[in-house]
Amino acid sequence: MVRLRVTVNGVAHADEVEPRTLLVHYLRETLGLTGAHVGCETSICGACTVLIDGQAVKSCTQLAVQADSAEITTIEGLATGDSLHALQQSFWDDHGLQCGFCTPGMILAAHDLLSRNSDPNDLEIRHALDGNLCRCTGYQNIVKAVRSAAATIRNTDGSP
Amino acid sequence: MTAPTAPKFIGSPVRRKEDPRLITGKATYTDDVVLPNMAHVALVRSPEAHARIVSIDSTVAMEMPGVVAVYTGTDLQDALAPLPCVHSIENLKEPAHPAVAPEIVRYAGDGVAVVVADTAAAAEDAARQVHVEYERLPVVVDVVEATTADSDLVHTDMGTNIAFTSVTDVGDVDSAFEKADVVIKQRLVNQRQIPMAMEPRAVVADYDAGYDKLTIWSSTQVPHFVRLLIAAVCGHPENRVRVIAPEVGGGFGSKLNFYAEEAIVAYVSKALCRPAKWNGRRTEDILATIHGRDQICDLEIAADNSGNLLGVRADLYQDLGAYHQLLTPVIPGLTVGMLPGCYVLKNLHVTLHGVFTNKTPTDAYRGAGRPEATFIIERAMDLIARATDMDPVDVRRLNFPASDEFPFTTVTGMEYDSGNYQATLDSLLEKVDYDSLRSDQERRRKADELVGVGLSTYVEVCGMGPSAAMTAGGWEACELEVRRTGGVIVKTGISPHGQGEETTFAQIVADGLGMTPDDVEVLHGDTDITEQGIGTFGSRGQAVGGAALSLCVQTIREKARRIAGHLLEASETDIVFEEGKLFPKGVPAKALEFQEIVDAAYVANALPPEIEPGLSATHFFDPPNFTFPFGAHLAVVAIDKETGKVNIERYVAVDDCGRIINPMIVAGQLHGGIAQGIAQALYEEAIYDDNGQLSTGSLMDYAVPKAAWIPTFELGHTETLTPVNPLGAKGVGEAGTIASSAAVINAVVDALSPFGVAHLDMPASPQNVWRAIKGGL
Repeated sequence: MVRLRVTVNGVAHADEVEPRTLLVHYLRETLGLTGAHVGCETSICGACTVLIDGQAVKSCTQLAVQADSAEITTIEGLATGDSLHALQQSFWDDHGLQCGFCTPGMILAAHDLLSRNSDPNDLEIRHALDGNLCRCTGYQNIVKAVRSAAATIRNTDGSP
Repeated sequence: MTAPTAPKFIGSPVRRKEDPRLITGKATYTDDVVLPNMAHVALVRSPEAHARIVSIDSTVAMEMPGVVAVYTGTDLQDALAPLPCVHSIENLKEPAHPAVAPEIVRYAGDGVAVVVADTAAAAEDAARQVHVEYERLPVVVDVVEATTADSDLVHTDMGTNIAFTSVTDVGDVDSAFEKADVVIKQRLVNQRQIPMAMEPRAVVADYDAGYDKLTIWSSTQVPHFVRLLIAAVCGHPENRVRVIAPEVGGGFGSKLNFYAEEAIVAYVSKALCRPAKWNGRRTEDILATIHGRDQICDLEIAADNSGNLLGVRADLYQDLGAYHQLLTPVIPGLTVGMLPGCYVLKNLHVTLHGVFTNKTPTDAYRGAGRPEATFIIERAMDLIARATDMDPVDVRRLNFPASDEFPFTTVTGMEYDSGNYQATLDSLLEKVDYDSLRSDQERRRKADELVGVGLSTYVEVCGMGPSAAMTAGGWEACELEVRRTGGVIVKTGISPHGQGEETTFAQIVADGLGMTPDDVEVLHGDTDITEQGIGTFGSRGQAVGGAALSLCVQTIREKARRIAGHLLEASETDIVFEEGKLFPKGVPAKALEFQEIVDAAYVANALPPEIEPGLSATHFFDPPNFTFPFGAHLAVVAIDKETGKVNIERYVAVDDCGRIINPMIVAGQLHGGIAQGIAQALYEEAIYDDNGQLSTGSLMDYAVPKAAWIPTFELGHTETLTPVNPLGAKGVGEAGTIASSAAVINAVVDALSPFGVAHLDMPASPQNVWRAIKGGL
């Protein structure tokens, strides 16, 4: 067993984990944060995407111990109290989800994009979401949601 | 009967009630269910496509830490009945389909042993240490070869690979072909697809010995079927089985089934008296969840020089895979039924061959038999246009039934409920400015560009369906209960997994009872809550489930008016119920609030004896017919001559799904559906090698489209109500998929026509297109 210290959604955790434990399993099973989903074992689907120090990372292909001393944000930590994050709000407003399984990863991957590009065009959004599959929406409303969240963020404090 | 007031919520883009939990990570999918002392199940699956199990040695596995039990097919064959298939096909050959293979494995992925351990990791580790010795048997891969007399056999004792042959022969096909000016022969292949819901299947079972009760959580579209079949397969009384479909991460037909793992996990929980979970890994899910399509059509078309469709002959070969799953042999019947498409066809001869191969079973995948039919008849229309040198629009228009010919009975016996095919096509052509599209194409062709325009005018059979035409019944059930403080509970037997009925059903109630959707909670996916139901598939959520709800709303309205009549000392027939108020006709000043009726219904001390206390309703709705949504789709593609890559420049669709409850959700269903049809047209193909190994067995190898591979869609609608149900809704879940593959391929073939290409099979991958450009290299 290996000692792991991480901050997840602003809360510090110290746990003993098996060295082979994947980050997604640590988040889901040890911390009970089941918003990150396991959709494949090949880093293709992106349903497990979380933010590590602000960057979108696929938590199914990273060991938990690799995240030692990192700041992790999962979908559960994105809203501020009852106030939804602009991306959550726009996915809701623009019907950017149907079954919802890909949604946490999709929102966090979009978060990563908006932290690098505050005003992406449709093609840039589509390419930035290359690592996240959605089988329900045909992507159209996801693209729309990301675009409208970007506008909301630009019109407020400017940081996603 | 007083009609509800003008709809306020029906027809509005109400934001979804289900979304807050989904966008915040608070939703519970099956794999999120964690129970105390839960055991974990892993399956040992066959790496061979066809083999005899010589021996299974689980000694090492059993000694590994945390391992609780290992069961083989032999251990389970008495405890678990074979997996069922629901059909009414005469003389169907039905080989037993054991949950775990006791002796012979028949496809790569077939289960051979079940390992149970304290943790998922321990179960998986131990599964790798179960040593199975196989003796290889000949593998059957090619569906047409499999029908020959000297073919190797999937089920040796059957003596053939042909599970059934059915012939449909209507009209006089031979004379139609004799009279024809134009006869076209073409083989059309609908390649095998992997449904790939983003949530892999998972099952949790919890046996409560005190109540002798089995509770199953399953990622399913049909919890009530699962309840019935757990009872049948595991031998547990149905009234002590509860099935919960919690949040379900997509289905597309693949979760309209009863799977081995549902029976296995139930068995494990009961045998060990502890909860148990199986969670499919993606590669495992791809092998052990049904596939779709996989049909070859040898087509012959007869037409005259004016473009009239005179007759069709078709030999259909359906690859069933190794076993019948729940509906496997039924699906290609829908292809036959819908082969006429939206055209007047009088002479048809189809021979359908259902054939076993050593592959994962096929079954319902979004559209289920109808995308195949659309592909065949829409390609046929373009082939006729090519042979007669007509515009594909004109050929289609010529063969449509007129809008006053509905209900229109087809040569296959379908009664198309309502339709106006000219109107959707006209609307589409206007939307795209068809003439300028064609002149633009001409101009670009002269500039040496490969540009194509493709049409698909489709009709689909939905709203499944009248029980008279469905082997296991086609009704839907609903309960509506007004709570004491006025909030409403809807319990529906449909089991949505992304379609948004928590919202659309709340819209229906809100309009009917004069409330807002926020006042309505829609419960589904738990057989102890909604006691009867059939589920979500076949575009039936609104057309059958919503219709059952409409009947409940009507019953509540009628009872409220009776109570109001009593309280106001007026005849109930004079009571108007509008916007949540009830008053005698013309006397709105005397209005009672709906809440006052609710109070009277539950306090009940002022009710006359002939009015029962309470305010709730239950209805089963059984539609008298299917519904037949229709539409016209158009794709514009450009092809890179050097690479063969197809780029969809425009995709425009005008659809008619009857009454639209929520236009935002309807658009979402169409977007996703069209994308799945485009995926089949351009990207996705499940490929088996000669040894029966799935070469495309992971998301690394199977090309589910990414965001950048899918165009932006332009949508339009016409709204032709169906008389089949009180809502007038026809269904929209499958429309996009049924229409779009044909539109895209017709556009690709149109783009390649300067090279003399008359047909191209799917997927139109760069490689396949490049080969066509190079003359079939």
